[in-house]
Amino acid sequence: MQLTDLTMLELAAKLAAGAVSSEEATRACLERIRQVDPKVRAFLRVDEEGALAAARASDARRKAGSPASALDGVPVGLKDIFLTEGVETTAGSRILEGFVPPYDATVVRLLKEAGLPLVGKLNMDEFAMGSSNESSAYFPSHNPWDLARTPGGSSGGSAAAVAAREVFGALGTDTGGSIRQPAALTNTVGLKPTYGRVSRFGVIAFASSLDQPGPMTRTVADAAALLQLIARHDPQDATSAAVEAPDYSADLEGGVRGLRLGVPREYFTEGMDPEVEASVREALREYERLGATLVDVSLPHTKYALATYYLIAPAEASSNLARYDGIRYGQRAKDARGLKELYALTRERGFGPEVKRRIMLGTYALSAGYYDAYYLRAQKVRTLIREDFTKAFQQVDAVLSPTSPVPAFKLGEKVDDPLSMYLMDVFTLPCNLAGLPGLSVPCGFTKAGLPVGLQILGRPFDEARLLRIARAYEREHDFFLRPAPLQGWPERQASVTPPCP
Amino acid sequence: MALTLEQVRHVATLARLALTPEEEQRFTTQLSAVLDAVAQLQALDVEAVEPTSHATLADSLLREDATRPSLPPEKSLANAPAKSGTSFAVPKIIE
Repeated sequence: MQLTDLTMLELAAKLAAGAVSSEEATRACLERIRQVDPKVRAFLRVDEEGALAAARASDARRKAGSPASALDGVPVGLKDIFLTEGVETTAGSRILEGFVPPYDATVVRLLKEAGLPLVGKLNMDEFAMGSSNESSAYFPSHNPWDLARTPGGSSGGSAAAVAAREVFGALGTDTGGSIRQPAALTNTVGLKPTYGRVSRFGVIAFASSLDQPGPMTRTVADAAALLQLIARHDPQDATSAAVEAPDYSADLEGGVRGLRLGVPREYFTEGMDPEVEASVREALREYERLGATLVDVSLPHTKYALATYYLIAPAEASSNLARYDGIRYGQRAKDARGLKELYALTRERGFGPEVKRRIMLGTYALSAGYYDAYYLRAQKVRTLIREDFTKAFQQVDAVLSPTSPVPAFKLGEKVDDPLSMYLMDVFTLPCNLAGLPGLSVPCGFTKAGLPVGLQILGRPFDEARLLRIARAYEREHDFFLRPAPLQGWPERQASVTPPCP
Repeated sequence: MALTLEQVRHVATLARLALTPEEEQRFTTQLSAVLDAVAQLQALDVEAVEPTSHATLADSLLREDATRPSLPPEKSLANAPAKSGTSFAVPKIIE
């Protein structure tokens, strides 16, 4: 047993007992990163100095008997979408190469105040646009369960780092499934909180009405503990909810007896991998054995969710990404003649193909003559999708489904087919459109040893119940104890090979 | 719905993207395919439906109009590709 095999809460208990120091735990992460990250490639950069300084400060607090939080001293990683003062932040894009933020995101500040050493910045699809980490401008990350495959996206680096036990936990963001889908593909727990539950201040924006940060961990209890630190109202985010967070760990072992769990018939359709379906069906039977009642529910507008999302998210993205113009920060095309050419060349060189595709799509959907037919119509269908859930939650306490229709696919398999890549989010994105909390919990493996995730969706601000439902299943299986093999090698190597961190 | 090359060029101008000829061709094909896929929304009757901009907007987004400290100029300018004194520098826009 290595130190890095501990869960966040196990490590916290050892730190509290004085059995291990935060500096030892942080050094164990750094050593693990040196050993396995050349294969996994989860990190864009490691902040060894900053993490060790934070660890030593944590140890001093422990020694003085005044820890800053329950997780004081537990090292975690951050998706490279969170602004970190003094530490380069790129959102996986060339256009932000060399950008050193002048301030911390609110969630980063909260983690620092809680005493967690921040080990480094994790790889992601460029500006969080993608489901495989392959749109990262730097290199793709690899799935610790089969290195030839994707860890999912866009928070793929975060999921891979947690699954490979390079960090004890991580923060990701989820706009259409970007926390839950990679969690499902890597045997980890990923929670997308209710829209407004966690501050977006200092989180590089993709689609502002959908984006939401959340925890990615090995266990449900760790996710509850990490969420506890970041679920705060933030006056600096106008969409942050002034809702008091409950104690997410208090009722974790409460079980599911008497709960009504909805099974949406529209989520069990053609196109789903048979092994994924079998795992999820088995999990549903497990919930019945544990005392829950399964209820057949209908979310009739599910089939419109993908189209709705792929109008709304690119429209918001095209507006948000207008700020990358080469004037105030980021890269600039220095050879441009005149201001207009400076904008256009900077953006042409700085953005990758998926980002350009979405900017083009969003700009078109918002342009004169098409706004009503595309963007406004999509916003109306969004209302119908939200109402589907409102009706379903009158009958049930939560809705269960697969997180991803397929297990981890091979790197390179879908890069040339944007539409098939977009289909990876078909079960996760309705939750973002409706602003609901959603969680992915490991629910077994395929015959080839690839992880499968179960998705649990709930009412707004019902994160505690989702965690309790997930824990009831996790307790029966302990899939999180199984280490990822870190084997297999991609047939198609990344063309860019940066130095090891 | 098929997009024309002309439309793609127009959208690229609006988006301030200096696309290469190859990109213009590729996006014409790919965006047409995406627009075909999203055309299914046209089949729904949404005449009487209110649009949703944010799923769970708080009741009041207003706060007290109090001054707060903001970033000092040297921090705001720290990442500037080009600067002049306490300003961002841009190419000449008026000849």
